This record gives sequence, structure tokens and C-alpha cells, in this order.
Amino acid sequence: MINDELQNRKYVIGGLIALIILIFIARLLFLQVFTESYKESAEGNAFLKRTIFPPRGLIYDRFGKLLVYNRPSYDVMVTMKEVTSLDTMDFCNTLGITKEDFVDRMNEIKDKKINHNYSPFTPQVFVNQLLADDYARLMEKLYRFPGFSIQQRTIRDYAYKAAAHALGSIGEVSRTTIEKDDYYKMGDYIGITGLEKSYENELRGEKGVQIMLRDSRGRIKGRYANGAYDEEPVAGKTLRLGLDIELQMLGERLMNGKRGSIVAIDPSTGEILAAVSSPTYDPTLMVGRQRSAMFKELNANPNKPLLDRTVMARYPPGSTFKVANALVLQQNNIINGGTRYPCHRGYTVGHFHLACHSHASPLDLYGAIANSCNAYFCAGLRAMLDNDKYKNITEAFNIWRSDIMTFGFGKKLGVDLPHENGGNVPTTKAYDRVHGKGRWRSLNVVSISIGQGEVVATAMQIANLCANVANRGYWITPHMVKYIENQPIPEKYKEKHTTAIEKRYYDVCVRGMEMAILGGTAKGGQIPGIEVCGKTGTAQDPPRKDHSVFMGFAPKVHPKIAIMCIVENSGFGATYAVPISSLMIEFYLRRKISPQRQELLDRMASTVLIHNYGTQNKISTDN
Amino acid sequence: MERRIRLAQTIDWWIVALYLIMIIFGWFNVYGASYDYTQTTFWGFEYRSGKQLIWIACALVIAGSILLIDGKIYEQMANLFYWAMLLLLLVTIFIAPNIKGSHSWLVFGPVSFQPAELAKLATALAMGKFISKTGFSMGNRRDAIGAIGLIMLPCMLIILQSETGSALVFFAFFLMLYREGLPGVFLMVAACMVVLFLIIVPLSDLPVYHNVGSLGFMLAFIFILLVVMGCVIAYESDGTTMLHILGGTAVLFAIAGLLNIWFDVQYQIFALIAVIGAAIYLLFLFLYRSKRSYIWVALFAIGSVGVSFSVDYFFDHILEPHQQTRIKVVLGMEKDPKGVGYNVNQSKIAIGSGGWVGKGFLNGTQTKLKYVPEQDTDFIYCTIGEEHGFVGAAGVLCLFGLLFYRIMRIAENQRDTFTRVYAYSIVSIMLFHVLINVGMVLGITPVIGIPLPFFSYGGSSLWSFTVMLFILLRLDMTQKARFR
Repeated sequence: MINDELQNRKYVIGGLIALIILIFIARLLFLQVFTESYKESAEGNAFLKRTIFPPRGLIYDRFGKLLVYNRPSYDVMVTMKEVTSLDTMDFCNTLGITKEDFVDRMNEIKDKKINHNYSPFTPQVFVNQLLADDYARLMEKLYRFPGFSIQQRTIRDYAYKAAAHALGSIGEVSRTTIEKDDYYKMGDYIGITGLEKSYENELRGEKGVQIMLRDSRGRIKGRYANGAYDEEPVAGKTLRLGLDIELQMLGERLMNGKRGSIVAIDPSTGEILAAVSSPTYDPTLMVGRQRSAMFKELNANPNKPLLDRTVMARYPPGSTFKVANALVLQQNNIINGGTRYPCHRGYTVGHFHLACHSHASPLDLYGAIANSCNAYFCAGLRAMLDNDKYKNITEAFNIWRSDIMTFGFGKKLGVDLPHENGGNVPTTKAYDRVHGKGRWRSLNVVSISIGQGEVVATAMQIANLCANVANRGYWITPHMVKYIENQPIPEKYKEKHTTAIEKRYYDVCVRGMEMAILGGTAKGGQIPGIEVCGKTGTAQDPPRKDHSVFMGFAPKVHPKIAIMCIVENSGFGATYAVPISSLMIEFYLRRKISPQRQELLDRMASTVLIHNYGTQNKISTDN
Repeated sequence: MERRIRLAQTIDWWIVALYLIMIIFGWFNVYGASYDYTQTTFWGFEYRSGKQLIWIACALVIAGSILLIDGKIYEQMANLFYWAMLLLLLVTIFIAPNIKGSHSWLVFGPVSFQPAELAKLATALAMGKFISKTGFSMGNRRDAIGAIGLIMLPCMLIILQSETGSALVFFAFFLMLYREGLPGVFLMVAACMVVLFLIIVPLSDLPVYHNVGSLGFMLAFIFILLVVMGCVIAYESDGTTMLHILGGTAVLFAIAGLLNIWFDVQYQIFALIAVIGAAIYLLFLFLYRSKRSYIWVALFAIGSVGVSFSVDYFFDHILEPHQQTRIKVVLGMEKDPKGVGYNVNQSKIAIGSGGWVGKGFLNGTQTKLKYVPEQDTDFIYCTIGEEHGFVGAAGVLCLFGLLFYRIMRIAENQRDTFTRVYAYSIVSIMLFHVLINVGMVLGITPVIGIPLPFFSYGGSSLWSFTVMLFILLRLDMTQKARFR
């Protein structure tokens, strides 16, 4: 051996080799075992998860009539790599778009900032929800446009052009929702208004997924593991409503040309039989591509057709509220059926005067309800608030308030329609703020006795009061949905809310309401052969005309329907709300309108008041 | 029969077994990497796996033939072979067609062949012949220059073929030269140059503070000072000289810091003055105190400063843009997610998604769906990592480790220098291939297209490594037979 002294260098070389291998193994450990993100990246690379959309749940009315269903719509898809020779002019003309639209849309698709999943090899949505006509025109020429294809999806369609507010509509999910809920992806549909929104989770079903293998150039190479990990979509659940679509349509016809709303409830179950909000719109126009244009137009309309007046509009309940006061005052032993108060065309104390219409005087409670005497209820409420049995007016007022709230006033009822308003029942604190603490007297608040002033309610709350009276002492939260496929409706729609008032006091009010129909303010509400009970209201809305209000139920024994109608700024309750309600009651109980009343129906349906309203609108929707 | 018995007794079965395991496992991975979902059969010449099977069969025939041929001819023919090879490399530059920008492939009908592969073998043999001549010593300047020249000649010709990756392999021979007596200082100097490169390339354009100075150069000069001080203290035990340099440097930086109150000070200039000052001081000691070694330290300091300045120029002006990019990607200076960065990123994803035991044979999605480029040639290690996981990938490294150990054992057991030099040459070459190839796939060395021995698809590479390995086995057998 010549280079003996160099022998030891083999250790240096061996050490170097060992070091390199150890560094590599450490790196492998780091990459393969301690870093999870590479596995996700590999899946993100290779797996293209193709969503399969489930059909959305169907909606039926209370008699099993199909209201809302799905109809195919067609998205035009483009696969960029396959677009070779395109006659752009021809293509644009066929779709009815301009060349600028075309260029903008193509650039938008290619922009990965907007379109995260872009690949030139997979179909991208060029135009969604093509109308049937455009679709037919395009299909004829499709062979001339290489790279373009059609993807079928479903959109909503409506069997009746009615109940637009309650049924609601679906639209593309918003960016904020996508961020909050990872079920939704860009381009998915979601319920935006009405039942579509409140029952979104039931109606939407569950999306399925097909896992496709995608190569580095975006080409699909088949299904992963032959579909072993795919998920089938689950169809949305069917909703059966308490709504009577024919009653609803009648209501919409009667409210034609008027602003206001009708709510009809089956008092024994709390099911909403009709929820009319007028003016309304055609729900079939709120689908597909025209939805956003339609929405813009309706939103700009001064009569606010998009507002669901049944649960969102805040009204003074007017004289219908007298029934609530009658119940509370009786329960607190302030008055009874025989208590009489004088009325001299109004309620006068010193300089204070609250007008009333002319009627016999003094009246007992029955007569006061039947004739809607303002003075009676002013006096009654003051008798309670100033009563010696209470420590002070604050205590008396608080008792009044808590009793009133057991009817469902002053807070949201919990109806299964979105954006419900809670209305308002004033607190002593509110009066303290206005008048100074302890510086207000019963006379300051007396207007609440007749449903004016600080008392605010929704049409739904007034209808609920009526259902409560019809039930003589309990109510069930009004709700649209009778049952959901394979799933009971929530307990809260079965629960009976009992009020603070004994049944015998209800009987007094019912008798008063019957008298109102028979010979009082609501005479127009008579229906031959049906015992109707009702209460008119003429709610002031200065400086405009009064709202015409009515609430009633029928038949008197075992009521089947409790109804509330308000026609905004149209005058006395008897003028519009009473006849409209009576026609509704008749139709619901008899399924037809008697020939004698056909003329009334036509007159109501053809009366247009909307042009009287002007452009100013004072429907407040804030709390 | 006498001969065959001897063969069975003298051959290194360890290496044969490792070789067979590697090419068989390698073939399965080539099959996995080139597999397409449309492929229905294991066999068939139209598929890469089918072709590779034929290359493997040929390789086994070649291996067998080598074992049967007398080992003496390799030493006798080494020089002839080497010069013939140089001629072939030269000719190739002119007659080879342009394939992906390089002129390194000779095409004969359906078969193409890369002479650069054989050049490694020829050089290894020539090195053995040159170093084993009587009286050779790396200490002898003529011998050293001769040895280095033998390495550099083919290297240059291959660079002219624009096949930089293969050319770089020739630097692996320096590891062998180190074993044969190349002073350790050279390796140390080389290591210093690498460090300077790694400091200056990414940091030279960064300021020391605000927008003033060059962080890269300042750190480079400080690094040189540290090495100089290290050398000085190694030569001189009491450390006074080192303390003088340290003190001088400290004073300079104190002045710089003081001046910084009024001016924007270019700190790297003060660091440069410190280096030059140290060099002048060492020259002074060499001339007047006759401390001989210090001349070399001083020269190292001056040389390093020169290298520091030229590295920047070399990187920005000599290297081609794609080479710059590859280096920048490894140093993390650039992301380049579409180009080289894409390849490295996808290969890391492939390996990283393998986990402990991998996704299973033919189940790798990264490689099957062509996310990883060159997956059956240069990036074959990805397939191993993805489908066989940490166990497979680390296992392959262990196989190489074992192979290198066996070859070095053979080398150290040789009585004749020729075989030892040859053995170290092939260890160095294979180690370099593994280092660069696996390092590239793991994202720790730049992307340089050289194959992983015995695994990558392709006849040229497989045959050339087979020939290299079996010539060694044959040489070893010859010796064992002789000294039995």
C-alpha cells in the first residue's frame, strides 16, 4: 500500500455519504410525515369534485295542490381550449348579447381571481339560466360553435301566479354567505325570501359529489376509484303548507289596486290560510336571468311590492285593539259586560278631546265593541291606570302591558316567514323619556286604548289576536307549513299559548263582535247562514286617509277561520276591509261566493286606490 | 467448470443483489410512472415500461459478458478508450441533432445514445491508469495538474454540447482525488467558495440598513475574516496574531459606527479594508518574521475577495437565465410557480402526499395524472416517494448507502491502485448523481437534469452504470483470484 497515510480519508468520505443520506432522510420525514398540506395539495390537484345538484323540495298547498316545482333551465358552458373558430357575431346574435358582453364575459371566465376553478379544459359557465326560446335557437346552431355546450340545471316554477311573498324566491348565493357557510359554493342557489329562505335547509336537500380525476392539463381522466367515494345527492324535502291557494288568489284579486294585507288563520291549528300582501308581483318573473332586473324594478316601485306587508309592515292596530283592551280591563276587574261609560261624540276632559262617531250613549261593553266607542275605552283604560288598588300608574301600566303582551303583541310571534317585525307595546320607560320620570298621567297615554299612539302591530299579530278570541283564550303561533316530508313540524307550532284572561271575558267580547256584524259598525260583514263575529278598525295615519281595518272570525261556534284585513289609507273599516274579509270568509267556508255577492266581489276587485297614494310612502319597517 | 466455480466464489454477491433489487424496483417504478389509465398490459414495446424491460435484459447480458471478459484489458485499454471517447465527444458536438437545446445525443434510427454517459466510465478508467503509475503523487505539481486535466477535458467538451448537468458530474472526481492525496485544503477552499456563493448570490442586493450598503458583501468579507482568523490560530498556538487581526477589525468597525452618526456608512467597505489590512499584516509577518504559512492565508484572503466580486458577475452575466432561475428557486429567492418552481413544487407535493407507506403501487395521483414532469426519468424518485411513502423513499437511500459502502470496502481491500482509484471514481460519480437527483426532487439542490442510477428510465444511463459497476466486480474478482 503506497498511500497508507491516506487510509483514514475513507472515514471522511464515508462520513460525507452518511451525512448526505441522513439529511435526505430528515427531509423526507419532514415532507412526508410532518407536513400535512402536501396531501391536500395532491388531492386538490388530482380530484375534481363535480357537484351534483339535488332537486329542490316541492311545495304543496293545504289541499295538496302543487304550488312550487322545478323546471329545467339551461346554462351555456364554454370549454376554452375547444373554442377554435367562432363566428362571434352569429353567436352573439343567437344569444342576444353584444360583442362587448361576449368579450367581457370571456375575460371574466379566464380571470383566476374571479373564477378560482378555471381550467381551459373543463366547461365553464358562459351564460346561466337560458330561457326556453333562446335555448331552442341556440340548440339549432350549436354545432357551429365549437367549445360551447349546454348544462342542464333546475330553476323554480310556480303553478299559480300567487303568494309570491310567502313562497319567496331563490337566487345565487352571496359572497358573505359563502364565507359563513361552507355548504355553499359560488353559483349555488339559496332561498332569499319567503319560505324558500326560512325552510332553506329542508328544501335544498344535500348536494352530491362525483370525484373525477383531473390531469395536469385539466383534462378529465375518469372517475376516482370507479365512484366508490362519490356521494349521491339527496332531494330536498317536500313542504305541505296550511295555505289555501284558492283563498290566497281570491285575496290577491280583492286587494288588486290597493295597498294593504290580508292574513287568514285556522284558529284551531295556527295554520296560515292566506297571507296576502298587496301590491304583489308575479313569482314566475323572479326566477332565472330576469330576476335581478325584475328585483331592481320592483325595489324602485314607490308602493313597495317587495315588502311582505303581512309580517313586515308596522300598522296602528286601531279599533281592533279595543278587543284586547276589553279583555284586559275585564280580567283586572275594572269593567264588566254591564259597565257603562258615556260618550258625547267623543271623550272630553278639560281641553282634551278625542272624537267618536255618533251612536247611542251610554253604552255597555257589548255595545262599545259593537259600535267601536272611543270614549268607552278611553274611560276604561284611565279607570285602570288611575285605580287606587295599584300603587301608582307605573304598576298599573305594567300589569296592563304584560297582559296585552300575552296576546302576542310587542314581540315577534315567531312566524316561519323571514324578516318578521315585532311591533310595539310601549313601556313606562318610554313615557318617562317623553314626559319625564313620573310626570305623565293616564290622559297622556289614553290613545293606546283605541289602538293608536305608541301601539304598533303587524297584520299577523292582529290576525293572531282574532284567532285567540276565536279560541276564547289561547293561540298557536301562526305558521305557513303544515308538515315537512318525513319530519314533524317544530314543537313551537303545536304549543298552545294561553293568555292571562279567563274564558268568560272572551264570551263578552265575542258577543260584542257578533253584535258589530249584526247591527254595529261591521254590518257589511254579514253572510247569510254564517255566524260571523268581527271588529272594525279605522286606524289613523295622519296626514293621509285612515287605514281601513277589520278582524273577524267565523263561524261563531267552532271557528274555522280568523281573518284580518287592512287596506291602507282607504277610509273607514267598513268601506273595504269588512266586505273583503266577509268575501274571504264566505269563500273559505263554502268554497264559492254566492251569486248575490258576486257583484260585491267584482266591485272590490276592480276598485283601484293605488293612484291616490302618491309617491310618498310611510310604511315604516324599522323597529 | 473451474472458471465458473471461481466466479461464484469470488464475485461480491452483496453488490449483485443490491444491483438486482434496484433495477427490479426501478422497473416497477418506471412502469408506475409512465402508466396511463389507458394502458392495459404490463408488456409491450410501445410502452416505456416495456422498453425499459428490454434495456434491463440488455444490461444483464452486458453485465454477464463483462464478468466473462478478462479484467486485465481495462487497465491496458484505459488510455486508448479515454482518448477515443474524447474524440467521440468532440465529434458529437458537430453531428448530434439539437434535442431540447443540447447536442449530446447520437441517433441511430430508433436507438439514441449519449456519449457523455460513457465518458464518465472512460475517465474513471483513465484516472485509475494515471494515478496507478509508479511514483504518482498528488503532491507533485505535474501529477496533480495532469490528473485535474484528465477530468476537465471531457467536462469541457460536454459543456460545449450544452449538457451542463452531465458536465458537472465530473467534479465528483475531486472526491476520489481527495482520497488519493489531494490536500484537504483544496476541499476546504472549495467549501469556502460555495459558502461565499451562497452568501453573495441571495444577499448582495440587500442593504445593510435602510438603503445603504450591501449585506451580501459585508457578510462575505466577515466570513473571510473569520476563516483567516481560524487559519491563523491553527498555525500559531498563542493566538497573538489572531488577536491583532480581531482588534484591528474591531477598531475599524468602531470607527465606522462612529462615522455613521454623521454619514451613511458603507459597512462592507470597512469590512473589505479589514480583510485587506489583515492580508497585508500577514504578508508583513511572512516577510519579516519568516512565518511561511501566512503567505498562503494572505493569498486566500485576497483570492476570496476576488472570488466574492466575480461571483456576482458570474451569476448575473455568465450563467444563463434558466440556470439563474433554478438556483434562485432553490435559494428561495424566486417562486417561479409556472416554470422550474412548478416542477419542484409538484414533486414536493408528490413526495409529501406519500405519507409513511405511500398510496400504493399505481395509486399515485400526482404522477399518474402527469403533474410531475419527467416523472419516469429525472423525477422517478417522486413516484417512489408518492406510491411507496417514506418507507420506500428512505429504503432506496439505504440501498444506495449500502452499495456505496460495499464499493468502498472493495476499494480499500484492493492491493493495486488502479482498481481502488476506479472504485472511488464510480462511488463519487454515483454519489453525485444521487445527491443532485434526489436533492432536486426534494427541493434542496437546483434542478439539474441527471438521472438516478439504476432507477431512471433510459438505456444509456442504465447500461453505463451497469458497465461501471460490473467492471469493478470483474476487477475485484481478478484480484481475489490472484491472491487467494
